Amino acid sequence: MNALAPLSGLANGACDAAPVIQERAQREVFCGLTGIVWLHRKIQDAFFLVVGSRTCAHLIQSAAGVMIFAEPRFATAILEDRDLAGVADIDDELDAVVDRLLARRPEIKLLFLVGSCPSEVIKIDLSRAAARQSRQHAPRVRILSYSGSGIETTFTQGEDACLAALVPTLPPEPENVSQSLLVVGALADIVEDQFARLFDVLGVAPVRFLPMRRAADLPPVGPNTSFLLAQPFLADTAHALQERGARWIEAPFPLGAEGTTLWLRAAANAFGVSEARFDAVTSPARARAEQALAHYRDALAGKRVFLFPDSQLEPALARFLAREMAMRIVEIGTPYLHRRHMAAELDLLPNDAPIVEGQHVERQLDRCRAARPDLVVCGLGLANPLEAEGFATKWSIELLFSPIQGYDQAGDLAELFARPLNRRARLEV
Amino acid sequence: MQLTLWTYEGPPHVGAMRVAAAMHGLHYVLHAPQGDTYADLLFTMIERRDTRPPVTYTTFQARDLGADTAELFKSAAREAYERFSPQAMIVGASCTAELLQDDPGGLAKALDLPCPVIALELPAYQKKENWGASETFYRLVRGLAGARRDRPSRDRKSCNILGPTSLGFRCRDDVREIAKLLATLGVEVNVVAPLGASPKDLTRLGDADFNVLLYPEIGLAAAQWLERAHGQPFTRSIPLGVGATRDFIAEVARMAEINPATALETNDSRLPWYSRSVDSTYLTGKRVFIFGDATHAIAAARIAQDELGFEVVGLGTYAREFARDVREAAARYGVEALVTDDYLDVEAKVAELQPELVLGTQMERHIAKRLGLPCAVISAPVHVQDFPARYSPHMGFEGANVIFDTWVHPLMMGLEEHLLTMFRDDVEFHDGAAPSHLGEEQEPRRPTSAAVVSDIVLAWADDAEKELKKIPFFVRGKARRNTEKFAAERGLATITVETLYDAKAHFAR
Repeated sequence: MNALAPLSGLANGACDAAPVIQERAQREVFCGLTGIVWLHRKIQDAFFLVVGSRTCAHLIQSAAGVMIFAEPRFATAILEDRDLAGVADIDDELDAVVDRLLARRPEIKLLFLVGSCPSEVIKIDLSRAAARQSRQHAPRVRILSYSGSGIETTFTQGEDACLAALVPTLPPEPENVSQSLLVVGALADIVEDQFARLFDVLGVAPVRFLPMRRAADLPPVGPNTSFLLAQPFLADTAHALQERGARWIEAPFPLGAEGTTLWLRAAANAFGVSEARFDAVTSPARARAEQALAHYRDALAGKRVFLFPDSQLEPALARFLAREMAMRIVEIGTPYLHRRHMAAELDLLPNDAPIVEGQHVERQLDRCRAARPDLVVCGLGLANPLEAEGFATKWSIELLFSPIQGYDQAGDLAELFARPLNRRARLEV
Repeated sequence: MQLTLWTYEGPPHVGAMRVAAAMHGLHYVLHAPQGDTYADLLFTMIERRDTRPPVTYTTFQARDLGADTAELFKSAAREAYERFSPQAMIVGASCTAELLQDDPGGLAKALDLPCPVIALELPAYQKKENWGASETFYRLVRGLAGARRDRPSRDRKSCNILGPTSLGFRCRDDVREIAKLLATLGVEVNVVAPLGASPKDLTRLGDADFNVLLYPEIGLAAAQWLERAHGQPFTRSIPLGVGATRDFIAEVARMAEINPATALETNDSRLPWYSRSVDSTYLTGKRVFIFGDATHAIAAARIAQDELGFEVVGLGTYAREFARDVREAAARYGVEALVTDDYLDVEAKVAELQPELVLGTQMERHIAKRLGLPCAVISAPVHVQDFPARYSPHMGFEGANVIFDTWVHPLMMGLEEHLLTMFRDDVEFHDGAAPSHLGEEQEPRRPTSAAVVSDIVLAWADDAEKELKKIPFFVRGKARRNTEKFAAERGLATITVETLYDAKAHFAR
């Protein structure tokens, strides 16, 4: 373990210029349960019940840096000694918890039982529990399960596991539909609406989104469905959709003006939209994005940025920062590199940017300190300590919690990176 | 299985982290799966800590479970020693690693590291954060304080201060205030622990004549052991509030065999006079609900009843280990103690009692907000706001001053309350209005479909208006103003979604 060795024989030749290094040891990343923090807001009548420990409950409560004090649509069924010792029947206990929960929240239509590290280690079969409870609570509530455990998922992979669990429940698409588009990956509602409008004007229809905002609005899927990934961490979901016959439209991710254009164009091409029409429809928004980006280019151009692994968005962010903001990339950390889904991004990346998959946080910090970058993109556990050492940092979690995709957010995305530099320039204390 | 929405306490290994992070020269190697590093951000964000907590996580994943997680632990422990060269290490397991039964203590012993290694057994499925902190501190003290020995001869009596940790409620400032008070009394402080102590400092604990126990939830087990093993008595009064601080001074004076008169006379607390001044008349009989850890809840009840003239209508704690103490205190106020770690029970109780002031943790602050009740925070669990930049102890005489201000601030001011009753139906000054000194939280009301900017009537298209509502409320007003200014400058009569975003791009910076 802890080996630091270049990976030979990459599956994809696209990034043959970019060295990909794998590291293993302490990882300063969240587990997949963290995705609940945004998923429970996205699907407005869904509830997430983690079957886990007090640590799981504490994690979700703390993940956003402060407690999210609204009546939450998530909770933890905390395992206790009697559950582990076999004194209590876990099925009965879990059924009782679910009954109580659903009685308290009659508006809930979809319940996810979410597996955790302890539930995986003691092998609680949540899929069987979900099937049993679904029968009991049908038709009012559907109950599904997935694992957000840290031993199986890193941070954003929790969303992947959640969406992959939804895919088998999606209705089949009627055969008379010639072609439909499915946009996959949680986006802020405002971003989703912008994309829906653009697709509408382009004549790409019908367009649906996964996850859906309401449990009942399941998008249909079938061999006539083409899907675009709006997020780069959806390996299992993409695989499940392909199993249902859907076709993946390969594209970079919609970050920045260029990324958004390439992403939209990939869909437009798949739907036979002419180049002229595409340009006519997208050019005003693209020009707006360019205008907004121009505000931040002076602040960012030529600056050196180091990205710690967090969400798997890192290669796409590095591409945006390098190509549209003229930043220099010191290192791209990513918890996992899906070489196939990232191929289009890797093609665009400057070929001297080293990609490090996995993490040995101490050595990565050593490299970061030695490189003295102008900006470090990292998690909340590292940000203040690095600031205290004199580095400007950008919290990576904000890149998941803020609308950053699409033309009209391109400027906001750039601003997130410019703000720490701007702030340091202002402060005289 | 326990259904939990919010928890008052984290798991016990987070308690161990609070002890480790409070100390210098100690390193914690935690056998834990990927994701448990979330706990680092409690320290770096809530406490604004400027270094990483001294914790190494083994970060095992599913693929390691079939292989050798024990080997992973050993290499992590070895690397942590080499990198950080601590004076001592603590080793243990988080909830998932506990199930693997790898025995971190035994593995670390086999490594034969050149520093003391203390193994922690923190049963994650039975115990919680405060117990974990207490057990960790006790194990450290037991492991490092050594055997009883002759105390060095000193002119003055000396004591240790026990219990303050990282992420504790106001520990940083309480320790400073109490050290100052002890200095006034002529008592030397030997070691403060865990906060600011090193493992080497813990070896000197036995040199003190007695112990000052500030936070029994964390320090009681260690204080009891030191009493048994080193013959050091420890103080039972917790110096929260004027009366309790006086009791504390008397107790310290007895242990140190000194005269407390000077310290009692130089009492600089303004609370007694402020509370007796006529302006405070309106505080009389305010119904107050109190919930927190046992130490702070019990102390708050005494201050509320005896020093501010409130009426305690509810008292409770999430610290089950100290339930008996809280029940005894509650009986003194004629109420039944609420002992629960279920936030929904607390919310239901507050809703039922409808107190005029809630004194609680960050959880109760939320409950109070939902129910529209004034609230002040008196106990952990903490929030970034509980680490103020200014000196702000709750203990000692200055602490009593801080408490007076903090608890009275959320309430209506004396005369304001009377005016409200007089002008109940006034549009601005009515029952539903917040206290005037706390400002208005709501977005100012304004016309929704048309606006007048430099004599041009601007109309918002329906879809643009809807789009605007999707923008977070705290920047919505700015977005609206900018868009209208942008449209007016260009002579646009109707604001469309396109206008909204054109303006956004125009003003982006």
